[in-house]
Amino acid sequence: MKNRLKVLRAERDWTQAQLASALDVSRQTINAIEKGKFDPSLPLAFKAARLFNMTIEQIFQDEAE
Amino acid sequence: MSKPEHSISNEYKDRNSKNTRNLKIWTVAWVISMAITTFAPKFLWDFNTTITLLSVIIHVAIGFGMLLANRRYLRGLDEMQQRIMLDAMALCLGVGLVIGLSYELLEDIRLITFQPEIPHLVLIMCLTYAGAIKAGNRKYQ
Repeated sequence: MKNRLKVLRAERDWTQAQLASALDVSRQTINAIEKGKFDPSLPLAFKAARLFNMTIEQIFQDEAE
Repeated sequence: MSKPEHSISNEYKDRNSKNTRNLKIWTVAWVISMAITTFAPKFLWDFNTTITLLSVIIHVAIGFGMLLANRRYLRGLDEMQQRIMLDAMALCLGVGLVIGLSYELLEDIRLITFQPEIPHLVLIMCLTYAGAIKAGNRKYQ
């Protein structure tokens, strides 16, 4: 699954630690999601969408698409 | 752009540190109670049944306290950390079962002359668990 987390974070000038704190996860988890090594659960994806004020589809895309 | 609301305090990190510290305390208490239950009947109260029974009950109670602390620790982790732990526990359980039964068999079929000891198995399971956690963390780096 691809995602725009890194870009969205950079646009807001947030560090991985700040984003991790806002989403109540570890910095390692944010790093793994940004690198596409870990796919977040639906609740975490919704949380990220709420934080960025976007829909899930605007942040996460299926790689098959 | 403004910083995320939770950027000042890191609740996840704080909660995780607290749960880890709590688990450490329970584990140390359990190890101490294990040592007391193992050696004290012989060296301190000459196998007095009542005191020995009491020490066993306290040891088991502390063991359950440690289990609850471990559950709280695991539940406090985020979903990726929980995945790493789950994978490590699955591997540890599998290795424990396979190696444990094979190890026990070695004596039955007379390939070893000594009695297989549980601590050997526990050591292998601990090493497997630690190695699997390290590998899991590396996998998601």
